[in-house]
Amino acid sequence: MSILIKGGRIIDPSRNFDKVGNILIEKGTVKSYPEDIKKLEKASDVKVIEAGGKIVAPGLVDLHVHLREPGYEHKETIRTGCESAAAGGFTSIVCMPNTNPINDNASVTEYIMLKARTEGVVNVFPLGAITKGENGETLAQIGEMYEAGCVGVSDDGMPVMNSKVMRHAMEYVKAFGIPVISHSEDLNLSGNGVMNEGYTSTLLGLSGIPSASEDVMVSRDITLAELTGTHLHICHVSTVGSVRLIRAAKERGVRVTAEAAPHHFTLTDKAVAEYDTNAKMKPPLRSETDREAVREGLRDGTIDIIATDHAPHSEDEKMVEFDQAPFGIVGLETALPLSLKLVEDGVLTINEMIAKLTHLPSAIINVRKGTLNPGDQADIVIFDPGQKVKIDRESFRSKSRNTPFNGWDLKGVVLYTIVNGNIVYSV
Amino acid sequence: MAFERKHILGLQELTAEEITLVLDTAESMKEVSERDVKKVPALRGVTVCNLFFEPSTRTRSSFEIAEKRLSADVLNFTTSQSSVVKGESLLDTARNLEAMGASMIVIRHPMSGAPWLLARTLDSSIINAGDGSHEHPSQGLLDLFTIRQLKGKIEGLKVVIVGDILHSRVARSNIWGFMKLGAEVRVVGPPTLIPKYIENIGVKSYFSLDAAVDGADVVIMLRIQKERQDSEFFPSLREYSRFYGLTREKLKYAAGDVTVMHPGPINRGVELSSDIADGPGSVILEQVSNGIAVRMAMFYLVASARSSS
Ligand SMILES: [Zn+2]
Repeated sequence: MSILIKGGRIIDPSRNFDKVGNILIEKGTVKSYPEDIKKLEKASDVKVIEAGGKIVAPGLVDLHVHLREPGYEHKETIRTGCESAAAGGFTSIVCMPNTNPINDNASVTEYIMLKARTEGVVNVFPLGAITKGENGETLAQIGEMYEAGCVGVSDDGMPVMNSKVMRHAMEYVKAFGIPVISHSEDLNLSGNGVMNEGYTSTLLGLSGIPSASEDVMVSRDITLAELTGTHLHICHVSTVGSVRLIRAAKERGVRVTAEAAPHHFTLTDKAVAEYDTNAKMKPPLRSETDREAVREGLRDGTIDIIATDHAPHSEDEKMVEFDQAPFGIVGLETALPLSLKLVEDGVLTINEMIAKLTHLPSAIINVRKGTLNPGDQADIVIFDPGQKVKIDRESFRSKSRNTPFNGWDLKGVVLYTIVNGNIVYSV
Repeated sequence: MAFERKHILGLQELTAEEITLVLDTAESMKEVSERDVKKVPALRGVTVCNLFFEPSTRTRSSFEIAEKRLSADVLNFTTSQSSVVKGESLLDTARNLEAMGASMIVIRHPMSGAPWLLARTLDSSIINAGDGSHEHPSQGLLDLFTIRQLKGKIEGLKVVIVGDILHSRVARSNIWGFMKLGAEVRVVGPPTLIPKYIENIGVKSYFSLDAAVDGADVVIMLRIQKERQDSEFFPSLREYSRFYGLTREKLKYAAGDVTVMHPGPINRGVELSSDIADGPGSVILEQVSNGIAVRMAMFYLVASARSSS
């Protein structure tokens, strides 16, 4: 079965393409951009999708997802995580290694890849752990994981505190040309902190995580990237300090890229005010100054991409004392409308926004995704950027509901998500 | 005015008028406490549960006496008795108590915000008896009550809070209470225990005790947790006491009729020298009896708000 996407505004930022037109999908690939479609529309084996007034873009790519499987299937599985991604317009997701067992060797990588192939509706690219068991001391089987399909290594969830180990990890990955993806946090400075250290934490009597705990590690990681020449990607930038450090590093040519999460460019630590555990994540929601710096970083390109840090937790786990609740919120199904708000606010153009969610993240992990060239695998999202939506966590495809955005009135509705030429989600 | 709150979670949320109403109500409750028959039927048929996740005989007894003087049925749950040790969640524990008939829950908990979780989820009225480093509203109200009785007013007083502001729920409740009623509030302690953002609330922070007590009408000494010494906060109790312990010598900078308060129990010779703890400016024992009256007032007002809604 072929698919004809008819009359949409096709935006493919990888080649500055932005035109109203048609796309023909055949045998899982983008076949052509036909102008004369009269015959095609009548053909019995062609499904026609009317896309007039809608945006047709490369399927979105998320570099930061916790799929929780293996080990934490009550929070999310590879199946439900992929469904959640598809509902959010994502066709490729990168999953973090902090599962149980941790993805620190090829057999876990293979398990994830197999599960994703058989049960997942979107493309899944795993990241391997930097150290064995995320112990921060000894290197994981990085080469073998690379051969098994890992597209990078990360210490997300358990930062490597030992600078010498981090240095060696950065050197070692050069053999495979994969990036080190860093959750930059000084765990000693964070201490038992549960939210941003600031006025709100002072009022609430909650232990604070100072922004310095991020800045100090971003600084270290940039220094090590400079020493080793390795491509460093910094996760979920949340502070004015790290935006400054990354900007300066890029100016002097350090190979560093960075991501920001929708919650960090949308919310501040005020969202915690009534001890809402759905506003608890790491790095924490920061001050208004930090939020503005992150937005400015996105605008001027210091922050290359948008990534969700989709971190599902069950209702029971979150309905506890704030100190006891796990860090993290789900993000796949709210990322597009929250990112479109950046366009509405004039921070990004629609093309820049799509770029930060498609070919730019793909480039960081060196995969051929996020483009709509003829011949490419047909991974496509069709969305209506102006259609109003009330976020309803009960409608999530994710297994978890932990969002601070429930009930928010936003704009942007995913109409179709197509992976490898198959419609995997439609409203 | 009528009190319309179903819960008392902190003094931050209360208006000056609401705080004054609690203090005025506590005056009448104090009269009850001075009668031969110290009982009124305000909470007859109401089950109040004291849910304590931290040992605090003094606060719990004070609440319990207040409940009984209002004729409530009292259920006591402390950590060792409750099923929390078995891993039951706070919410499940509280739900079980509600199922047993409790309609008011007094909660003391080591984690900030625990009472908020209950208030958001349960039907019961929640009275915060101290949560983590957040608030201890009954202590704050009691301090206000004691000072108002003694000085005739709160407005315009210079109030100094000394010690571990960072971790102190008493400090936060006192800051809000005294500020809302028009006092000038200062905080003082080692810089490691003074939160960087505390001045945004509207208090002035000091690192020198001499400077902070200058002209003070009220000095509130916080209890220093022994586990804070030998950590990165300060080197030793001896050194703490040398710089932040209150002595007659330091008090001479304060107003002539200065009142010294301490939420207790006192580490004698650390926060306070004994001559001050037992001396004429100290109201430490007076606070105990006032505590019962203030807590009776809290129950009384919350109960009337419940029945009118
Ligand atoms: Zn992370």
